[in-house]
Formats: sequence, C-alpha cells, structure tokens
Amino acid sequence: MADRGFSVSRLPGFTPTAMLVFVALYLPILMLVAFSFNAGKSVASFEGFTLQWFVKAWANDHVKDATLRSLVIAVVAASVATVVATAAALGTTRRKAFKGQTFIYVVINQPLMVPEIVTAVALLIFFAQIKVLTGYQGLGYLVTAHAAFCIPFAYLPIRARLEGMDLTLESAAADLYASPWQTFRFVTLPLLLPGMIAGFMLAFVTSLDDVVITLFVKSAGQDTLPTYMLGQIRRQITTEVYAISTVLLGLTVVLLTAFFLLTRKKD
Amino acid sequence: MASEAETRQVAASTRAGWLLSTPALVLLAFGAIGPLLIVVVYSFLLPGKYGNVEWGFSLDAWRGILFTRDIFDDTLVLADAHLSIFWRSVKLSTLTTLFTFAVGFPTAWFIATRPQKQRAFWLFLITIPFWTNLLIRTFAINEIIRSEGLLNTLLLWLGVIDRPLEIIYTDFAVFVGMTYVYLPLMVLPLFAAIDRFDMRLLEAGYDLYASRWQVLRRIILPIVKPGIIAGSILVFVPALGAYVTPRILGGGKQMMIGNFIELQFGQGRNWPLGASLSVTLLVIVTAALLVYVRFANRDREVNHG
Amino acid sequence: MKRLLTATAMLLATAAMAQAEGELQLFNWGDYTSPELLAKFEKETGIKVTVTDYDSNDTALAKIEAGGHGFDLVVPSANYVPIYVEKGLVQELDLSKLPHHGNIAPEWVNVDYDPGRKYSVPWQWGLTGMAVNQTVYSGDINTSAIFLDPPPELVGKVNVTPEMNDIISLTTMYLGGELCSEDPELMKKVRDKLLEAKPKWVSMDYGMTEKMATNDVMASVYWNGAIFRSRLQNPDVKFGFPKEGFPIFMDQVMLLADAQNVEEAYKFLDFIELPENAALISGFARYANGISGSGEFMPADMKDAPEINIPEEFKSKGVFLKTCTGKAQDYITAIWTELQK
Repeated sequence: MADRGFSVSRLPGFTPTAMLVFVALYLPILMLVAFSFNAGKSVASFEGFTLQWFVKAWANDHVKDATLRSLVIAVVAASVATVVATAAALGTTRRKAFKGQTFIYVVINQPLMVPEIVTAVALLIFFAQIKVLTGYQGLGYLVTAHAAFCIPFAYLPIRARLEGMDLTLESAAADLYASPWQTFRFVTLPLLLPGMIAGFMLAFVTSLDDVVITLFVKSAGQDTLPTYMLGQIRRQITTEVYAISTVLLGLTVVLLTAFFLLTRKKD
Repeated sequence: MASEAETRQVAASTRAGWLLSTPALVLLAFGAIGPLLIVVVYSFLLPGKYGNVEWGFSLDAWRGILFTRDIFDDTLVLADAHLSIFWRSVKLSTLTTLFTFAVGFPTAWFIATRPQKQRAFWLFLITIPFWTNLLIRTFAINEIIRSEGLLNTLLLWLGVIDRPLEIIYTDFAVFVGMTYVYLPLMVLPLFAAIDRFDMRLLEAGYDLYASRWQVLRRIILPIVKPGIIAGSILVFVPALGAYVTPRILGGGKQMMIGNFIELQFGQGRNWPLGASLSVTLLVIVTAALLVYVRFANRDREVNHG
Repeated sequence: MKRLLTATAMLLATAAMAQAEGELQLFNWGDYTSPELLAKFEKETGIKVTVTDYDSNDTALAKIEAGGHGFDLVVPSANYVPIYVEKGLVQELDLSKLPHHGNIAPEWVNVDYDPGRKYSVPWQWGLTGMAVNQTVYSGDINTSAIFLDPPPELVGKVNVTPEMNDIISLTTMYLGGELCSEDPELMKKVRDKLLEAKPKWVSMDYGMTEKMATNDVMASVYWNGAIFRSRLQNPDVKFGFPKEGFPIFMDQVMLLADAQNVEEAYKFLDFIELPENAALISGFARYANGISGSGEFMPADMKDAPEINIPEEFKSKGVFLKTCTGKAQDYITAIWTELQK
C-alpha cells in the first residue's frame, strides 16, 4: 500500500502546513472556551475561574429557545438539502450531456451567487404575501429558506465525489442482475457516503451561521441564536453567549466522537 | 445519423436527469430564485420616500451603478466610490480564495493520505470549529488580533515587537477573518476529490522519474480539479458578498459590496439601487460560473478524447 | 424521510400553538427589554410576552410593512413614528384603556412626532455624545470636535459609531447648519469635514461599552446609557455633551394595526406607564424613560449618573433627529457612501 516504505503520497511541506492550519483553527476556539470560564465581567482579561455564565445562560429563556430553534432548523434544513442535492447530483453527473444540464447546474448554485441581503429582501416580500394569504406563520418559512440556500453547499461536494467514481462496480452489480435500486443502495450509496456526509456538514454549518436571511424571514417569536446575537451587536457579545457556544461545542465533540467510535467498530 | 436506440437512450437520460433534479429545483424556485424576480422588477422602480419602492418605471437605479449625479452641481460623473467598493471586494475575495487554496490543499492532502480509519477523525477536526457560530468565531478572531489582544500581548512579551501591531480594522484583518471563516469550504471539496485519487498513479509517476513538482503539477492537480473548482466557488462567491466579517473586523470604515447593498436597503433607503447592484453582481458571477463550467467540460472532453 | 416529515409536522404544530391565549408578541431592539419586567407582567396578568429582536429601525419597518409578521407591539425611534402613522401600520390608542397615560412626563407628551401621545407610549430615551478616556485627553470634551477636529492626543484613537443619521446630524450642527438641509453649500462642507476627519479615526464600529471599558478605544461617538455602563467598569471614561448640538433619540411602543392580541397589548402599555415598572426598563438598559416619578424606583447608581442627567447648560442643545426625505436624504446617503468607499 501507499503508506509503506517510501511514501509516494508525501509532498514536502504539506504536513507542517496542515499542522499549522489545525493550530490556527483551534486557537480562537480555545480562547472562546477559556473566556466562558472567566470570572471577570469583561472578555478583555482573565480574572479567575467561574461557572456563573453557564448558570446565567441556562436561566435565560430567550437564549435557550433561540439555541434550540437554531439547532432544529439546521438539522431539518440540512437533511432536506442533502437528500434533494444527492438526487440532483445523480441526475446531473455521469450521464450523457443532456438539454438543460448546464441550466440545472446554474440554478442549483444560484444561492451562492446572491448576496444574502438580496435573497433576504426578496424572501421577505414573497413570504409576507403567503403569510397574509394563508395565515400560517410557523417555522416552515425559515426551514424552506434555509434548505434552499443549503442545497449548493450539499450539492458541490457530492458532485465532486460522484464525478470521479468508478462506473465498473455499478456495471458489475448490474451484470449480476441487481435491480437499479439494489445497485444504488448497496454500491453507489456507500461509495457516495463520504461526499454526502461532507455535504450535510457544510449545509448544517451554513444554516447554523445564517443571520441576514433569518432576520428578514422570521415571524414573531422566531429568534435564532445568530439573530439574537446580532440584536446585541450594539452592546457587545456577552459572556453568556460564549458559555452557550462552549456548551454547543462540547455537545458537538461528544456526538461526533460517539459517531466516530460507532462507525469505526462497524468496519 | 443517430440510431433509434441511441435516441431513446438520450431521451431516457434527459428524463432521468430532470426527474432527479426536480425536488431541488422546486425547493430553489420557492426558497431562493423565484423571489429574486421581485428584485429584478424592483430595480426598474423608483425609491420610496421611506425605503421600499414606488410604482413607476425608472432606469435611475441602473444608471446609478456606474454613474452618479454629482449631488452638488448635478453633472453626471463616474461613481468612483462604487467602483472602489467593487474593486476592494474582488481583490479581497480573490486573495482569500488563493490563500485558502494554498493552505487548504496541503491540509486536505494530509487528511486524505492518513490511513483509512483516521480520516474521519481528521475530517471532524476540521469541521468542529465551524460548528461554532460565525459571529462568535469572528469575535474570537477579533479578540486575538486587536491592539491589546492575544497576538500583540504575546509578541510584545517575546520582544519581537516594541509596540502593538495595528491589524484590526484594516483590509488585512478582513482578509484574515475571511480566510479563517471560509477555509472548510475549500478543504472539504478538496478532500472529497483527493480521497478518490488513486495513489498508484503517483507510483507510476515516480517510476517514470518525475520530480515531486512534476507529479503535483501534471498528475495530482488535473485529477483533483473538480474539487478545486468546487472549493473556489464555495469560497469566492460568499466572500464577495460577505457582510458580517467586514463589518466586525474591518471596523466598518471600508465597505464591501455586501455592506454597500445592505446600506441601500437599510439606512440609505434606495431599494431600486440595491436591487440593480444585486442583479449586476448576480449577472457577473453567473457569467463567470458558466464560463467555468464550459471550460471544465471542454477540458474533460479533450482529456478523454 | 418519514422521520423528517414527522419532525417537520411537529415544528409546524408548535408554531401553531404559539397563537394560544394570554400571549403578547413584542418586536423590540436586541437586549433592550428587561426580563424582570416581563416576569413581573406575567405574574400579575398571566400574559406571556415573547420578545423578538431587531437591530435597526429600517429592518423593523420593512418587516412590519411587508405584513404577515405576527407582532402586536413595535418600538420604533422618534423619527420613525410618523412613518408608521403615515403608512397606516399602527392604530390610534384608545386612551380609555390606558388609565395611567397621564403618567407620561409633561415634556414628553406633546412631542412633534406624536402630539398628545395618541399613538405611542415612551420606552426609553437617550442621546448621542462623546465618550473620552480621561487618561489620554483631559481637555474640553463637550464638543463634536472630539471626532471632527480631534486634539492631537486623540488622533488615530477615535471611534465613530456607524449611524448615518447621528453622524451627519452632529457634523451639520457642528458647522452651524440645520438638520435635513437641502443647501448644497452646507452639505458640501459637511462632506469635506467628514472626509478630512476620517483618517484620524480608528474605526467605525459598535460595541463601545466594552471597548471603552477595556481601553481598546480611547474616544468614541456613542450613546449615553452605553457609556454609563462603561464608566461603571472603568472610572476614567467620561461622557461629553456636544455644545454645538447633539441628537436625542426616544424609542416608544406602538400598537400595530394588524395586532392579534390587542387587549393584552393595552394591558402591557398601561403596565409600563407605572413608574415602578418604567424604572425596571431603565435599570436594565440604563437609559432614562419618560414616565414621571420613576426616578425614586431607579437603581441607586442611576439617580445622579452624569451621563443620564443632562447638565442644565446643555439641555437646550439636544435636538430630535428628523426623518429627512427627498434631496436632503439623497445628500446624506451620498456623503455616507463616499465616507465608506
């Protein structure tokens, strides 16, 4: 295998660069965690250890609701986006060029081309009409908007994965009388999975980060964590928010570790 | 002439292609693109007194992109303020894309060349920081690079510098922030492309006495090209319309296009100009993307032909 | 996929439930509503208030105007009040349902933007002035020269808050002009003054409560309540009232035309007209309110805070921001764009 002896896959300077990238990525995150335990009222200097910010954040219903709502929207929107993006990627790659293929490609990537504020204003006007007509003001609008702008983030990695995938395995399966569904389920899907996971993660993170579109689309009582924080921009991000981020981060690490260990056992 | 079977095959392929793409297209039509038609319409209307629009046809908003009627002597002059905002955005986004690629490629390569079992671990390591909100991450960077922040304190203590570096509130700070924020959007597609790269090709390359540079240039880069294209699009375009990072790290002294458009819809109360600026941005980026796709496709045909 | 559908259905259901009885939807500036106030209101009336945040008057107006938002009450600044009224987005208050309407302080009843307070109930008011760290500069800070002609000690250290109307107004008054002027000569001077001053600023940013307290920024154009909070952390921070004139803002609660919880909204409006409750609002965000007699319920540190109590000599210098239109607004936007290019 490639890893034995003279490693052909090693390129000079790549490993140190990667290590530096990881350090740089984690430095701000570690700072944020450190400050969430800071006894001082300000984030400017460290004045001792405390858990008071966690207690305060827990007691703040507004913050708690917003955090939960952000997570729910992100999970649903990213799932929807990944499913439809996978279908679209299967439809637009690895087949003879067909009429409208480029059109589909451009349409799917459109949300990337538009500054958020533009989509936000457009959606505000559009959804407001529907809200008035139907009287429904629920989270559905936010989920739809989020799922839509998450599609390209899910689509691109899946497509990149599909494009170079070996067709021989699928032909082999077909030769062995596997139905198209079986071929998809047992051959294509497992090969595609890393791309789908990458796509889901990108979509999830994108949804979790969105400020501007959410701000314009949300109805009464639909603050998410980012819109809550934007509302505070005139003051300063409070330490409570750092505490929430630390909790979310801890939760993520636990979940991902569990997922990681589980999938490793199965191998 | 194409045989009947071939025609049928093409038709089936077209049908399947469209059918599979339909859910995505419907969702996009509802949640992103359809509403944009409103923006196009708005760009031909008159600005309302207090924001919003008034129904009346006008081309003022379109002329307003490049030209501005000098507010003082009413002559039509080139809007150099608009041009310099556009230029700053393009410059910073390009630099960000190049730099994220420069550091993202080695990182993606590093992850993809780990033993199979470790890859997921490194991949998660890349994504974890990005499960933290964008605003918070930007504020965290702010804490590091500000005048009395971590970086300056450390450098002062080490004696490398004798007075704080003034990084915060400069274009450079925006560049650093955007690189940090958009890095995973480069690394993940690159990883997806490198991951399915057959390392035996490298052995073949070395067997033929190719240098490392030649291997990188002639074998690796062409094969991972779809990943490079995907990553560049994912980084460049959001960077072009960035709003939060320039606002926080740039100190709001210098606008990028995203902030400029937001100004028109907000305090500036010129929605039609905001709309025409948006459509312009849209057209430019879409055109660039189309060229990109054509280019990529043609390339592939040549390779395989 | 099925699980997905279930999750979506549940979401939609929860959203529908939110329209239950005893609810009130308040649309307010972020971090501006005292949780203590809401808890007290819920305890006394059984009505649960849900607060949703916005970060600018323009965003709030755009959302309300678009319709279908589900809000009952909104808290616009003074210069936006006439816009809401003119566009028919708010309803005239039925004063018989507000027995404590007379508690509004006399100087806040007949304001030009809502004479007789027929549409609005005061929430909080404050002003834009100069914050300066005394260790860096101890000269006269009661002037807009702090950011327009900074003394040598402050060059490269001043922050200017990115509020278009505040900054253009301060500059116009500094040059002796009227607000919303359509005089090109004056506006040209305003532009030149700002362009000349800009290289002497460090940033154009919010978040100065912290940055002034931590000595990251040594001077800033900012709001009095926010600087009051900085001074509590850092006694070197002092607030100045520009003698050339400074903008005063007041945010007030208005009842939306398409409000669904009208009775609950009246109960809330009457509730905040009681001095002890208005004091809760002020105690949280640290701005003055417009209700007589709330002073005695205020936190002790606010009663004689120099930031909140405008000195007698500067009282006449405060000016309400107006909503400029037409040519005046065009001038302002053009100057602002040029300033940030």
